[in-house]
Amino acid sequence: MYPSPSVTQQPSQSQPLSSQRFDVQDGHLQSPDNRSNSQAVKLALQQVNFFYGSSQALFKIDIEIMKNQVTSFIGPSGCGKSTLLRCLNRLNDLIEGARVEGAMLLDGVDINGHDVDITDLRKRVGMVFQKSNPFPKSIYENVAYGPRLHGIRNRAQLDQIVEEGLKGAGLWEEVKDRLQASAFGLSGGQQQRLCIARALAVKPDVLLMDEPCSALDPVATAKIEELLFSLKQELTVIIVTHNMQQAARVSDWTAFMYLGEMVEFGLTKQIFTNPSKKQTDDYITGRFG
Amino acid sequence: MRSPFKTFLASGNVFIWGCAAGVSVSLLMVFGLLLLIVINGLGYFWTSNVVDLTLKSGQHVMGQLAGREVIPRSVTPDRPEGKGRLRVKIGNRDINGLDFKWVNEDQIVSQAYPADAALLERREWGNMYGRVKAVYKGETLQVEGNDAGWIALAPLISATNDLHQQIARIEQIEIGSINAELEQARLKTRSFELGKERGSLNDLTAQIAAAESRYQAKTVELDALRTQFDEYSVLMVDANGQEKQISVGQIIRALHPNEMGLLHKSWIYLTNVWSVVSTEPREANTEGGIFPAIFGTVMMVIIMSLVVAPFGVLAALYLREYARQGVMVRLVRIAVNNLAGVPSIVFGVFGLGFFIYAIGGTLDTLFFPERLPTPTFGTGGILWASLTLALLTVPVVIVATEEGLAAVPREFREGSLALGATKLETMLKVVIPSALPGILTGLILAMARAAGEVAPLMLTGVVKLAPSLPVDGSWPFFHFDRKFMHLGFHIYDVGFQSPNVEAAKPMVYITTLVLIAVVVLLNCTAIVLRNHLRKKYAGSVL
Repeated sequence: MYPSPSVTQQPSQSQPLSSQRFDVQDGHLQSPDNRSNSQAVKLALQQVNFFYGSSQALFKIDIEIMKNQVTSFIGPSGCGKSTLLRCLNRLNDLIEGARVEGAMLLDGVDINGHDVDITDLRKRVGMVFQKSNPFPKSIYENVAYGPRLHGIRNRAQLDQIVEEGLKGAGLWEEVKDRLQASAFGLSGGQQQRLCIARALAVKPDVLLMDEPCSALDPVATAKIEELLFSLKQELTVIIVTHNMQQAARVSDWTAFMYLGEMVEFGLTKQIFTNPSKKQTDDYITGRFG
Repeated sequence: MRSPFKTFLASGNVFIWGCAAGVSVSLLMVFGLLLLIVINGLGYFWTSNVVDLTLKSGQHVMGQLAGREVIPRSVTPDRPEGKGRLRVKIGNRDINGLDFKWVNEDQIVSQAYPADAALLERREWGNMYGRVKAVYKGETLQVEGNDAGWIALAPLISATNDLHQQIARIEQIEIGSINAELEQARLKTRSFELGKERGSLNDLTAQIAAAESRYQAKTVELDALRTQFDEYSVLMVDANGQEKQISVGQIIRALHPNEMGLLHKSWIYLTNVWSVVSTEPREANTEGGIFPAIFGTVMMVIIMSLVVAPFGVLAALYLREYARQGVMVRLVRIAVNNLAGVPSIVFGVFGLGFFIYAIGGTLDTLFFPERLPTPTFGTGGILWASLTLALLTVPVVIVATEEGLAAVPREFREGSLALGATKLETMLKVVIPSALPGILTGLILAMARAAGEVAPLMLTGVVKLAPSLPVDGSWPFFHFDRKFMHLGFHIYDVGFQSPNVEAAKPMVYITTLVLIAVVVLLNCTAIVLRNHLRKKYAGSVL
């Protein structure tokens, strides 16, 4: 049976990295027609390595994320999906000893460049977390938090941004009469949508979602999935999920990661129906992971 | 198969009983202590009836009953039935020399509560018990007789009380401000001599002369008032017929306790309570009020909080949020925790050496050379005492703040950072507000500790009797260099340093009660504030 335990634990020994990367690239090269020419690359990662101190967490990641598409990262726990996601808005900078190598081009500019303003980057690349994390403030103040940070003081302007954000997150109708109430009074799903509204309020280009539905019930999950379809009209969405059905439902592109490596990346349809890698097939069909 | 005993042990019932017993014992001790203090303290304000005991020897003992105890048989083998003895507050210290007297019960022939027994509260020499014989104006007899004298006395007392207030106002405020002016002028003259002050020496001399002439005028006014104050006198006679003439000005209040109803006594009770918390001490602190001590304690705690809160919070923020977590930070943390365990007298010595002599002495030579050799800041004062206590309590605030910060979920920080906030913005807008209840908890603990601390204060500025409060009407209103009174020190002073320990005992309980009340009140304020914040930032973990 593949994979054997020893192989799964230490793939770098049994499979040289270079060949792995070659395969991935190969996969890309084999399916150039998957991309229509009208689609632009929003975010391109080239040869990205990531280290927590001396231990490497990501190995030579290459991926191109398409503008106005939903891309999902799937893979078993600990495969580096979240780490990769958090590299994209440099949230990993907070971790002591974290180090990144390789190029990460957002609209052609390396986000790890010296002249990149990190707050500006995070303004352009919003994030929604696994556990909903509204601030201990009112609903209004939660959404207005980002715009206020970026210097918007005008009350009417803020009101408008808050309304747009809440409408964008499909929460407006539910909370419009209690904007000054504490955000903690909302249900779990509402809180998560509030976090989406909060992220939308700073008008990002890219929205990162780190397992946004893992703590939600099916109804709330369905609402957020619906939301994704409307969100991608405006921005690029990258979603990390454990739930393969969810990945299949919501995403246009899917990347399968395993032990810090990008095993396969392609159109969702193709990944789920005709994966080119055996590992991908095993994972999708539930034989491991 | 387990034995029933093992099963019983494993069920945990014994453990629960143990826990419950622990809690019960702690509660019992706390409430027992509070009850003791409350009963002894609050009982003092109650005006009990004046008893007149006739003894076998024919002597009378008049006063208020203050306790009874049974003489142990071993002490009195001749009285095997174990007779009791009564403790009577006989007052009239100027006649008897003592305030309390033990009377053996078997010596008592009869016991009466005469309606005309008068209790005079005096400014000096404690209470007087007796009857009115006559009222004099100067040397001339005004009214004679018990009833007539009593009726004539009441308006005189209220008039002299008004006069007393007037005199106090002139002494403290008017003459006080003239004195402050004179002192200012004197200092200016001195600094002129030192070559620091520019201007004319003649102006200063003229200023001093003007102030002194005003002072003379005030003295004349005061003398007139004082004569008026001592104009009337009352001739009192005690239970044994001994006479004593006292000035009406010495009397604060005259009562016939045995004639008073419950309502009247309750009213007197409330006025007693009020006068203790609002007036200044008399008679070496054993009588009168404790207002300056309350004021000093509260002010010291407030200054301490204002100093310790920012320092502790900033230190904790740095340690928890900014400093690189490593050996160094661990060492600092251990040091801080150990600081909390250092005996407080050590802090007192440090405060004396560092704050008073080093910093205060330097301030004096730099800014107040004209006052030397009299020190201004180079001696104990409320500022240095507060700073010493701030140093003493800063570990508490640091530890609590660090815990508060650690309890702020990482999601809050990441959520804020992911929106493009800088670390500082995240701190100010999300982390600190969420940690605020924890910070306030630390501050509450610090305040409680500081309010009860006495030892370091004795080295850094507390006195048994402060002539003036640290805040008053003369520029610059807050006098941080002044020495102050403190409830904790007051307890020690009244209870153990007083010449009249028996008379001072109730004062010790009252002061203790007030100290506890002050601490509870300060804490309640902080707790209300914390709960308000907690509601505002609902969902924070603390």
